[in-house]
Amino acid sequence: MEPLVQFFFNLLPFLSDWPEWLALTVIGVAAAIMMFGFIAIFALIAIWLERKISGHMQDRLGPMEVGGWHGWAQTIADTVKLLVKEDIIPEKADRPLFKLAPMIVFTAALSGFAVLPWSSEFIPADLDVGLLYILSISSFAVIGILMGGWSSNNKWSLYGAMRGVSQVVSYEIPAALALLAVIMSAGTMSMRGLVMAQSGNILDWNVFNFFPLTTIAFFIYFIASLAEVNRTPFDLPEGESELVGGFHTEYSAMRFAFFFLGEYANMFVVSAIAATVFLGGWLPPFEALGFIPGPLWFVGKALLLVFVQMWLRWTLPRLRVDQLMYTCWKVLTPFSMAIILLIGLWKVL
Amino acid sequence: MRQYFKNIYEAIATILVGMGVTWRHLFTRAVTIQYPHVKRTLPERSRMQLFVEMDDCIGCMACERACPVDCIEIKTVRGGKDEDLGQTSNGQKKRLHVVQFDIDMGKCCYCSDCVFPCPTGAIRMTPEYEFITYDRSTLLTKFATYSPEEISELEERERKEKEAQAAAKAAKLKAAEEAKKAAAGTDEPKSE
Repeated sequence: MEPLVQFFFNLLPFLSDWPEWLALTVIGVAAAIMMFGFIAIFALIAIWLERKISGHMQDRLGPMEVGGWHGWAQTIADTVKLLVKEDIIPEKADRPLFKLAPMIVFTAALSGFAVLPWSSEFIPADLDVGLLYILSISSFAVIGILMGGWSSNNKWSLYGAMRGVSQVVSYEIPAALALLAVIMSAGTMSMRGLVMAQSGNILDWNVFNFFPLTTIAFFIYFIASLAEVNRTPFDLPEGESELVGGFHTEYSAMRFAFFFLGEYANMFVVSAIAATVFLGGWLPPFEALGFIPGPLWFVGKALLLVFVQMWLRWTLPRLRVDQLMYTCWKVLTPFSMAIILLIGLWKVL
Repeated sequence: MRQYFKNIYEAIATILVGMGVTWRHLFTRAVTIQYPHVKRTLPERSRMQLFVEMDDCIGCMACERACPVDCIEIKTVRGGKDEDLGQTSNGQKKRLHVVQFDIDMGKCCYCSDCVFPCPTGAIRMTPEYEFITYDRSTLLTKFATYSPEEISELEERERKEKEAQAAAKAAKLKAAEEAKKAAAGTDEPKSE
């Protein structure tokens, strides 16, 4: 937690005079609220953007009325609607689990933010095993999905949850292996260290470092991360045409909104990991552009990947279950294995 | 093995083609019409709200009879003997006061069957489609221009006329009967 504490001490010098436990608590709560605020604002903008992009890709306009300019306040209105809606819990549902599930999904998404390096100074927790932490915490969300699907006591929810579990668990392997390739070349698992290892211009970034091996690793990670956050074309857990709404069929009002918020936060987290590990995190592509602050580069790269996620969503249809498993076990996993092998050889020789 | 790599190549290639298509469409002009702000004018012959040109209506009730859902209700009063009710636009002489011409648009099924039998082209369907209301009763459109006083006056006149006619008829009948009787009186012995 040191870089974050240092950041806050520099920002507000009087904090260092307080007893340590109080200062740390205040800083922790402040950081958590900041991250939550960021997720909320990001989800508001991203949902609006997704609607606009989907609309324009289908030659429509998307939301146009609420708030005046191109319907910018549509998501705010929808959030208010979800807040005031009735919270329905099915009679035969397992109530404690039903209530816990959206919290777990959202918490898993929020905890991912703990190790994202926004800039060289601002990183909530610079863990030595940051990447490992984020991989393990993101697979935590699958428990929430299974919990939600099971406790709803609804066949569609259960089907969705089972699909979600099989999908997320299998796609973690190519995702982790693709990241492992980069960890091997950089020699560190700390998010900050990974970015530091890419300093220089755009050609020193990990995507172009062991060209074309890490480039393929980047694409493998991107595809696998799409599956991990249940985005189209891998949105089988919530495939509305066959499973009503999948694991969140029975959820309404704010509990549903938290699933949604968790999905969008996860989209940002996986894009931010890809940006950190492969695209040089907060570093500008050229030294000459160093005057633009790091967090802007970091958020910009992550948003670019989020845009590509949306772009793919409105381009591709949903995969079949067997195609999903084929892609994971017969294509992505062997390729990432081969990449690890080749990069290992390269490093040894 | 070759097939395996071919499949992967084809998957990547087709995904890129698809992404190209969506990227192009991202910048093509949307076909949406922002309805309440921009309205598309409907074709002249669209079958929307009914309209009746009362100056042309001769009260023949052809439309009322043709209507499959009985949404038209017409009441007429005969015009006076030397009363001039004017002419329709196609030169037909009007002989009836159309004192009531109600169309319930809530019942209308937009079949346009009332339009074809009209001999003067008074009833027609218009492209006007925005007539939703908060109350169903407001969908009942009254086209007749007569005030209630005028209607009662006309009806009173008709009633009196009918009475007079009936009286005349009765008198005529009576006269005929009497004439018959008189004739019968003379022929009585013969028939026996």
